[in-house]
Amino acid sequence: MDSVEHILEQARADIGAADDLRALDELRVAYLGKKGAVTALLKSLGGMDPEERKVFGQSVNRAKQDIQQVLEGRKAELEVAALASKLAEERVDVTLPGRGASRGGLHPVTRAMQRITDLFARLGFDVATGPEVEDDHHNFEALNFPAHHPARAMHDTFYFADGRLLRTHTSPVQVRAMLDQGAPIRIIAPGKVYRSDYDQTHSPMFHQVEGLLVGEQVSMADLKGVLQAFVNAFFEKDMGTRFRPSYFPFTEPSAEMDVAWDKGDGSAPGWLEVLGCGMVHPNVLKACGIDAERYVGYAFGMGVERLAMLRYGVTDLRPFFDNDLRFLRQFR
Amino acid sequence: MKVSVNWLKRWVDLDLDADALAAELTAAGLEVDTVTPAAGAFTGVVVGEIVACEPHPDADKLQLCRVSDGGGELLQVVCGAPNARAGLKMPFARVGAELDGGEKGPFRIKKAKLRGVESFGMCCSARELGLSEDHGGLMELPADATVGEDLRAFLDLDDHVVDIELTPNRADCLGIKGLSRDVAAITHAQWTPRAIEPVSPALDDRLDITLADSADCPRYVGRILRGIDPSAPSPLWLREALRRSGIRSISAVVDATNYVLMELGQPMHAFDLGALKGGITVRRGRKGEQLTLLDGKVVDLDEHLLAICDDAGPVALAGIMGGLDSGVGNETTDVLLESAWFAPATIMGKARDLGLHTDASHRFERGVDPEGQVAAMERITGLLLKICGGQAGPLLVAEAPEHLPKRAPVNLRLARLNRVLGSDLDAATVETILSGLGMDPVAVEGGWNATAPSARFDIAIEEDLIEEVARIHGYDQLPAALPSGELTLPDLSETRVPGDAVRDALCAADYQEAITYAFVDRALLLKLHLEGGALPLANPISSDMDVMRTALLPGLLKALGRNLRYQAERVRLFETGKVFLQGEGLDEVERVAAVACGPALPEQWGEATRKVDFFDLKGDLERLLSLRGLVGSVRFTPADRPFLHPGQAADVWVDGQLAGWVGALHPACQKALDLKVRVLGFEVDLKVISNREIPSTKQISSFPSVRRDLAFLVPEAVAYSEIDALVRELAGTLLTDLIIFDQFSGQGVEKGYKSLAIGLILQDVSSTLTDEVVESVIDRVVKGLETRLDAQLRGSPCH
Repeated sequence: MDSVEHILEQARADIGAADDLRALDELRVAYLGKKGAVTALLKSLGGMDPEERKVFGQSVNRAKQDIQQVLEGRKAELEVAALASKLAEERVDVTLPGRGASRGGLHPVTRAMQRITDLFARLGFDVATGPEVEDDHHNFEALNFPAHHPARAMHDTFYFADGRLLRTHTSPVQVRAMLDQGAPIRIIAPGKVYRSDYDQTHSPMFHQVEGLLVGEQVSMADLKGVLQAFVNAFFEKDMGTRFRPSYFPFTEPSAEMDVAWDKGDGSAPGWLEVLGCGMVHPNVLKACGIDAERYVGYAFGMGVERLAMLRYGVTDLRPFFDNDLRFLRQFR
Repeated sequence: MKVSVNWLKRWVDLDLDADALAAELTAAGLEVDTVTPAAGAFTGVVVGEIVACEPHPDADKLQLCRVSDGGGELLQVVCGAPNARAGLKMPFARVGAELDGGEKGPFRIKKAKLRGVESFGMCCSARELGLSEDHGGLMELPADATVGEDLRAFLDLDDHVVDIELTPNRADCLGIKGLSRDVAAITHAQWTPRAIEPVSPALDDRLDITLADSADCPRYVGRILRGIDPSAPSPLWLREALRRSGIRSISAVVDATNYVLMELGQPMHAFDLGALKGGITVRRGRKGEQLTLLDGKVVDLDEHLLAICDDAGPVALAGIMGGLDSGVGNETTDVLLESAWFAPATIMGKARDLGLHTDASHRFERGVDPEGQVAAMERITGLLLKICGGQAGPLLVAEAPEHLPKRAPVNLRLARLNRVLGSDLDAATVETILSGLGMDPVAVEGGWNATAPSARFDIAIEEDLIEEVARIHGYDQLPAALPSGELTLPDLSETRVPGDAVRDALCAADYQEAITYAFVDRALLLKLHLEGGALPLANPISSDMDVMRTALLPGLLKALGRNLRYQAERVRLFETGKVFLQGEGLDEVERVAAVACGPALPEQWGEATRKVDFFDLKGDLERLLSLRGLVGSVRFTPADRPFLHPGQAADVWVDGQLAGWVGALHPACQKALDLKVRVLGFEVDLKVISNREIPSTKQISSFPSVRRDLAFLVPEAVAYSEIDALVRELAGTLLTDLIIFDQFSGQGVEKGYKSLAIGLILQDVSSTLTDEVVESVIDRVVKGLETRLDAQLRGSPCH
């Protein structure tokens, strides 16, 4: 009987000391294999009387089960340890930068223009476009600018030899869209415009977004409402706004909208002009074949660079067209 | 326009300070740019008189003055001004006075010792008081000034100047008279226009005035003045009024014309009567006629320009500027005064065409009150007789009333007004506003017939009156409605790739968007051989922006070069925008282009550094083109474009249309642009690459696919596109994918040949492919490659 307990004790010690799976397998063979110690004990049962065989047999079988259990337990332990060591070897420095290319970004003017266009698109304004090389008719005459009128002096115009010109505003798109679609109409026209002026606050090329809505139930109250809602949405906060009477030949009444702007330098907020607008002048509606008694419309035009400057804290207009990556890469 | 608030207050009963007035003006559409005090913030300065002067004992340039400040005792004052002299009245800062030291801040006048002599106060120049930049000597006050009177009161210096940026439609506000009427309406104050007394003529001197082109000049009022004193100085009050209006004082006669211009908005002119020959004729100029203007500029006349002529020829450019020879000089004693009305259309743009801009042309081209000429003539006559003496002749009026603007009533409907404004104004409010503006409203069914004052050129239709009412009522008082309107579904085409998607794809491919000018330097286009079809500007802003771009590449290369100069190594830029191609007609074509140089990837620890090459750009372009989806065809063929590397450039064909190019910049162009590194790029038509079809899905196979790889040699000259096309043709519908996974030449490869390895993925939708079927396909492909492309099979490396 001693030998069973002795073998079991010895097996526990051996298995506990095994430090890899192969050693463990060798121990399984040594104790439980065909020539193993436990198997040898079972073989000795044949020479025993029935009563003794029964008792001894039971104890050997228990020992065999115990050894198997210990073997399995140890095996699981060794597998966990092996995995842990494999994982430890595979460890990387996760703080190293990731691999591959970086990402570019949109130009701030495009970014602002997309934002403006998206907001108006949600109000049902369709995007309209027009040529950048325009004729006098669409850029001026149809917009109620008579030839040589001093109002034209506000537009320093680039001309071509044959009298065509670079559009000075996106308003000719209004004319083209109305001639094309008639009324009612609801469009937004983003694009490049050109004026012969170049300093810290003027660029010979810049961007505008024009809006036009003509319908039977349209008033200046709608114009004020939509523009107030727009600036609040664009800047994502409630902006103070102010409408001032102004003059554009193609709108009557005409207005300019200012927003209250806190420069953040401790000075009192001032008014900053952000767009021009008004009710479409009846002469413009008539020039586009629209019944000016039945339909009323409003139009607005905003400088994209101005809005981008305010939104992104740009203080000078010129970097927009220098295309210096140190400036552009700030917009991803 | 610069306006003195105190001057304005003489015409309107105003009870507002300058800042409040400015806010009201701006809110009513007369935008105020700046409000500035009329003088520095000084106190304790009075009218003083130098009673006696003697040299300073110890300084050559200083004088000891005995000054009376009205206080009884004479004060000893040391003064260095060259014009300090006995009998001079000047601004005197008493001890204790505080002067506005400008940037240095205020300072106080103290008893001082100058070179050992005590001085009790300071005699002042105009600059020391913030009245002008004049520091040439003491400011000289008139002899009749009351000694001891506070200077601020004496010169009415507690005043502000508001600078108003008037819109071109508000010519009526280009004078105190018109402006004050608007201010009265805006502020609900009483308008108090000043009466102008007619002058009784003392002479009967006349000359003939002929209106030869009476539509251009329907009224010309003249008057002869004789015996004026050419040496009479312009009085201080007049000079002060002009100073606050931003007008330089020149002489009494010229200052008086400018005063009337500022007060009544009527430009005036004075001729030296002695320089005129015969009568006055107003007519269009004639070719060959020349006129030297007051500023010395010589103008060649023609029939576009209206001229004031005497019997010898032109003496003034109507509504713009007088002539030099007939101008009033230091000796002039007899003058002809002119107060005329010129049609705006005749004057519009003329000064600008001549490179001129005058106070007269500014007003005439916007429109001067057609009923103000006689009053202005009476006003200036009165002023000049008072200042310079002399005697006046009778009014000489020539007019063609049929060509003068007619004041027609304009109908305003209350319902229309409220509809356009979205407001709910009542009749009484509207009528009050119209009356306040002098619109003379007469009630009619549903509204009014209103007749604007003669100066209001901008009132022609109902909407003009609606704006007037809205403006005076206040835009901020009008309601604002929340956005509303019918809901509509946008035209959202799925067969167009949105422009935003193109830009986003390029951002994802590590390109930064640039926006470059649409006009470029023609010289730059020449360097790139892209000058064909370039449309030149007639008036470029500078010589390096003189033609419209024919491609996006030049602007991007310029931007890339700029970044290289700022030490950037890896530059990747793209742009979308129009190019302008002048052929039979002008084509405005929307394009997208990109340029790249430097390492293919940002320098990093995990990837070897490699320069960007043709296949990087081609890959970027292919990914861009993949926005179109799987349908349609894209082909690349070797390109022959003078600005591109002949061996590393491809034309891009999309659905059979030439869409653009991809490739490396030609080394010669690179050198010409002074670029030190290899630059690659692409440029394609946005429209061509934006067509796409709506996906139509095919059934996917549930049977396994089989891959067979082939390695073979082909002659160098065989393009991969030929191999690709042949394999697809021969493999037929079972081929679901074809990849090229290796290509090399050189060591181990027979000269003139290259080694390729391709993989064919075969699959059937209805059954598992058998070996026989696969082998027959591969056999067909191999035989075809061998016979048709001279390929030599190197074995089938793996299955």
